[in-house]
Amino acid sequence: MTTDDIILRVEGLHKSFGSTEVLKGVSFTVRKGETKVFIGPSGTGKSTLLRCINQLIVPDAGRVYLHGEEVTHAGAKINQYRAKIGMVFQNFNLFDHLTAVRNVEIALIKVKGMKENEAREKALFELRRVGMEDRADHYPAQLSGGQAQRVSIARALAMDPDVMLFDEPTSALDPELTGEVLEVIRSLARAGMTMLIVTHEMRFALSIADELLFMEHGRILESGSPAELATSPNFERTRQFAGRFAEL
Amino acid sequence: MDLSAILIDWLPFLVTGIIATLGLVLSALGVGFIIGLPAAIGQVYGSRPVAFLINVYIWFFRGLPLLVLLFLFYFGIFPAIGLGDVSPFVVGALVLGLHGGAYQAEIFRGAILSIDEGQMTAARSLGMSRTQAIRHIVLPQALLIALPGWSNEYPTVLTDTSVCYAIGVAELLTRASVIVSTEYIAMPIYLACAGLYLILNYAGMKALHLLERRVSVPGFESGSNWT
Amino acid sequence: MDQIAFIVEILLPALWGGFVVTLGLIACTAPFGVLIGAAVAVGRVYGNRPVQYLCRAYVTFFKGCPLLLLLFILYFGLPSVGISLSPFVAAVLGFIFCNSAYDSEYIRGSIRSIKEGQFTAGLALGMSRAQVIRHVILPQAMRRSIPGLVNEFVYLIKYSSLAYMITVIELTGAGKMVATRYFTYNETFFVVGLVYLFLVTLTTIGAHLLERRVSLPS
Ligand SMILES: Nc1ncnc2c1ncn2[C@@H]1O[C@H](COP(=O)(O)OP(=O)(O)OP(=O)(O)O)[C@@H](O)[C@H]1O
Ligand SMILES: [Mg+2]
Repeated sequence: MTTDDIILRVEGLHKSFGSTEVLKGVSFTVRKGETKVFIGPSGTGKSTLLRCINQLIVPDAGRVYLHGEEVTHAGAKINQYRAKIGMVFQNFNLFDHLTAVRNVEIALIKVKGMKENEAREKALFELRRVGMEDRADHYPAQLSGGQAQRVSIARALAMDPDVMLFDEPTSALDPELTGEVLEVIRSLARAGMTMLIVTHEMRFALSIADELLFMEHGRILESGSPAELATSPNFERTRQFAGRFAEL
Repeated sequence: MDLSAILIDWLPFLVTGIIATLGLVLSALGVGFIIGLPAAIGQVYGSRPVAFLINVYIWFFRGLPLLVLLFLFYFGIFPAIGLGDVSPFVVGALVLGLHGGAYQAEIFRGAILSIDEGQMTAARSLGMSRTQAIRHIVLPQALLIALPGWSNEYPTVLTDTSVCYAIGVAELLTRASVIVSTEYIAMPIYLACAGLYLILNYAGMKALHLLERRVSVPGFESGSNWT
Repeated sequence: MDQIAFIVEILLPALWGGFVVTLGLIACTAPFGVLIGAAVAVGRVYGNRPVQYLCRAYVTFFKGCPLLLLLFILYFGLPSVGISLSPFVAAVLGFIFCNSAYDSEYIRGSIRSIKEGQFTAGLALGMSRAQVIRHVILPQAMRRSIPGLVNEFVYLIKYSSLAYMITVIELTGAGKMVATRYFTYNETFFVVGLVYLFLVTLTTIGAHLLERRVSLPS
């Protein structure tokens, strides 16, 4: 394994909101094509961690490197890094005043400076990838949750990101709609996309993760490959947590 | 005395008054927009001192009667800064605009604040700068949300233009008053004038509703209220 | 300084009389504005067809007719049909028409927002329609209308200045006379403006306190 393979490096992230310390030193590295899945109880800082990676939240301490370049303290250059870090939100955050295809192309035009027709072509291509080409002219209000989330994935993919961050992409969806979104994410994994995923879908997590990371109280408590989950002593606390879910 | 004959005689005179009134309305709404929108942006996204100054502007222009503002600007401020021979129409349009801008700022501010924070977050996550996110994501949505409230400014501004009578702008009410004092018939002229204002009110709202319908985006539908 | 002396020794005493007249205009208008506004609102929601139609016409006319024109009609127009009003009475009448039309819109909205069940429950207790409206619906509706009514009260403070245009020497009129006589438009109208600003700000603060006092747990 050479260091060239490392796309993202996170070192000792700390973040407090007021007097509550939400991240207490989180470190890990992500290699090209790898899928890391974060699980853990509510309020342990998973969303905060993802948002610290692209500096939507500025960490108090610690560093983030993308391809060896520091993302933290990047100043105005941060917009260039963010363009290379795709992010998908729990509640989609599609731009409500724009059609699906405009949602996908707007950052191509405004951030990447692409020409209108070039951007349109690229946007339609990405929509096709997530099976949403036939809804290109629909407004977010006219899409189901699953469809909206697929468009938002296309929007992030269109920027040709080096890594994709998913923050509970199916939590806001009715159970019958989660499948279509998870299937899109699976196809990305197969295509070799590098991904960090926060999810509560244990079966999905186990099936897609190269590495499973269990977070609690602002720390990565346990981690390893999904295969180890059932037996390894590395995953004692995780099993406890996952077991509670299985009972539900 | 034949009222309809008198009205026909004076019709061109009244029509120029209507044109002046509509001119006042359009410039007031325009100036109000040019002031109100940036003011709202400054209130929401500006630094503390900027937001404070804008608050003072809004407090001042919402707290003073239009009549006092017109007197202050027309007889006081304009002559004092060497613009004493600016026409009353220009002063009227400007004061109506400054006054309306304070109200419009509140409308736009409410609209901006009503937009989910996730919209800004998503825009930034794609690499847009703050300015780009405000310009391409937040503002278009804010304008759509503000449109019904903004439309409801129209009837207010329309009736407000009549106060410009006090500084001698030759708008509709001024013209009607001239006819009254020339022909010595008051009631029918005044009532006809009121009728014209009601028609302008109705026609303007109709036009704004057409505009609302044209720019409507699924998910942003809602109408301005009118009777 | 000259200006300070002018303001303290000449302007403020001269404005005092006008200030009192302004307060008089407001005090004579506001209660009737709210009362008639409530009546018009009730008429629009609960009246029969002709009453609804009349109330609606009332609102449309007095909202759509510029207040200044309305004052001209009452003061310069009515004498031609044999009714002569003093400037003060004409002004108050005009303000009441205008104020009540706007107030009625807020009150109507509040009435509409009260759940249908309230009405049914009142009837089920044996109250008459009028009793339900008076004792059940209106007390709730008026409470909910307070922010809107305060808004209109603020407008009333400001638009009371238009009374000067039909020769009532209230605050603005008193100011105009001083300003013309001493040729001090800037100082005078700035000070006059500050007095209105003071009244408006006082109202807003008072309204916040009132709202907290009468708000029901909900
Ligand atoms: N902007 C903020 N200001 C103050 N506190 C915050 C902020 N954002 C998050 N927090 C707090 O930080 C803690 C961690 O939040 P975070 O959203 O990162 O948790 P999470 O692991 O994603 O939880 P969940 O599974 O519920 O999404 C929570 O207690 C939350 O209330
Ligand atoms: Mg979260």
